[in-house]
Amino acid sequence: MSFPVTATSHTLAEYRARDGYVALEKALKTMKPSDVVKEVTASGLQGRGGAAFAVGRKWQVMVYDDGQPHYLIANADEGEPGTFKDRWILENNPHVLLESMLIASYALNVRNCFVYIRGEFDLPYHRLADAVEEAYAAGYFGERILGTDFSCDIVVYRGAGAYVAGEASGLIASLEGKKSYPRNRPPRLTVKGLYQRPTVVNNVESLSNIAWIIAHGAAAFKEVGTPKSPGTRLFSVSGHVNRPGVYEAELGYPWMKFLDEDCGGIVGGRAIKCVVPGGVSSKVLTGADIKDLKLSHEDLWDAGSTLGSGGMIVIAEGTCMVTLLQVLMRFYHHESCGQCTPCRQGTGWLHRIMDRIVAGQGRPEDIERLYYISKFNDGTTICGLGDAAGYACVGILDKFRDEFEYYIEHKRSRYDGNLECLRSS
Amino acid sequence: MRHLIPEFERLRARFPAGFESSLVLPCVRRIQEDRGYVSDEDIEQLAQYLGVPQIQIEEVLSFYTMFRRKPIGRWHLQFCHNVSCSMNGAERILAHVEQRLGIRPGETTPDGRFTLSVAECLGSCGTAPMMMVNERYHENLDAAKIDELLEGLK
Repeated sequence: MSFPVTATSHTLAEYRARDGYVALEKALKTMKPSDVVKEVTASGLQGRGGAAFAVGRKWQVMVYDDGQPHYLIANADEGEPGTFKDRWILENNPHVLLESMLIASYALNVRNCFVYIRGEFDLPYHRLADAVEEAYAAGYFGERILGTDFSCDIVVYRGAGAYVAGEASGLIASLEGKKSYPRNRPPRLTVKGLYQRPTVVNNVESLSNIAWIIAHGAAAFKEVGTPKSPGTRLFSVSGHVNRPGVYEAELGYPWMKFLDEDCGGIVGGRAIKCVVPGGVSSKVLTGADIKDLKLSHEDLWDAGSTLGSGGMIVIAEGTCMVTLLQVLMRFYHHESCGQCTPCRQGTGWLHRIMDRIVAGQGRPEDIERLYYISKFNDGTTICGLGDAAGYACVGILDKFRDEFEYYIEHKRSRYDGNLECLRSS
Repeated sequence: MRHLIPEFERLRARFPAGFESSLVLPCVRRIQEDRGYVSDEDIEQLAQYLGVPQIQIEEVLSFYTMFRRKPIGRWHLQFCHNVSCSMNGAERILAHVEQRLGIRPGETTPDGRFTLSVAECLGSCGTAPMMMVNERYHENLDAAKIDELLEGLK
């Protein structure tokens, strides 16, 4: 993905100059659809949205010739706090997503594909919509693409403000013009998805790897990264670092080197208190935890967390974790769709307990109560939102319980409720 | 909304047949852009046009945060106050704006010029703090930048 970003680097002309749409031609003219699926499966590409499920395994469930319409949806409902990498692709390299979606549509026998983009995204939407028009004009979408029998159309669909629409079945409900209520599986979405037809939903970044894999082959893809985590990832780094932003790094890259050298270290040269590794739904790890870790799925899983969405929030010493957890619980409460009782009630309870603690009215039993609700939520709901609220809560309580005890006992924060790390200090 | 139907027809042509229900979100969005909010009459007419139940449109309107049933100020200021923005001073600059405009989140200035809101993560964590002004993102904000921006919003 690496290329210098300029005012025009997102255009079709410049994408073509970077060998754009060569992989599409290769796939359509020299490969069978099943060859494309095989290549993607062999690459070991894992989903980049958070769950790291193998893209090839998801694709294999689709029966190419079952006589039904198939749908492909790129999930661009990026809303996990700390995550802004898909936005980078949409703004700066939209054609890599479109080319990859065309290749995927060819492989999966998809006539109509969709990009579900979060409703608030403005520039990313316009860049993508412009790219779609360019691609149609150049004959990459529509009937008989590049003179072959393959035809494909695309619609960019804008959400309207709902975190839960990022969950694949919720996304489908939203694309059907309804509330984005997730639904239980089975049946899987690859069996009954959009309008009850087989549907693949992949994250924007996951899909954007496909063009490269087809152009260079699965073997070349696996040469990068670690055996269990092939390829590179886009990390979106925010919080108390000197150079926040989106970085592409090879999986297996040393974490501290990444923070110190690539991201310019911590603001004011402070120590790292903890890091949210991959969106706020992943458990926090302390500065000591991450010292020798590498940025790979297996290292993070071993450490009891996950690379998740790649949304890394770096938190410096001196930050009040109680106030931070209050912000998080407010977020989950706000975003709970209300369908499942444990999540609807549980996130509300967690939020109100945190508000009470921060207001200096916490009770000694509140800590156990937070644990109890978090654990009760886990696995008792349709989607992972309620679980994630619990993971975030337990993750912070496990590592910083003493700060909560201090706050409840003294009715004030040990760190004055501070979340900021002033850049001048 | 009836005057928007030619536009809706063009939109419909881009979707596969049988996807009328999918048009609810884009049509509601367009109606809101046009009128500033969505009225009872809009709901009735849109339900009729798309052949979907009115309750589906009502549900969509109450479920998604971007839709509204009432008019708001000309300039809608939405501040992200999630983790990364808070860690970079969102509360501080929000307090600055509250003081300057004399309103709290959820309120509109008496002259109808500004409505202030808070929002959860808008995907600007690396360029925090941020606010949306109507559709547009404004990032890496500080008090001086906001003052300059607000001056220009008449």
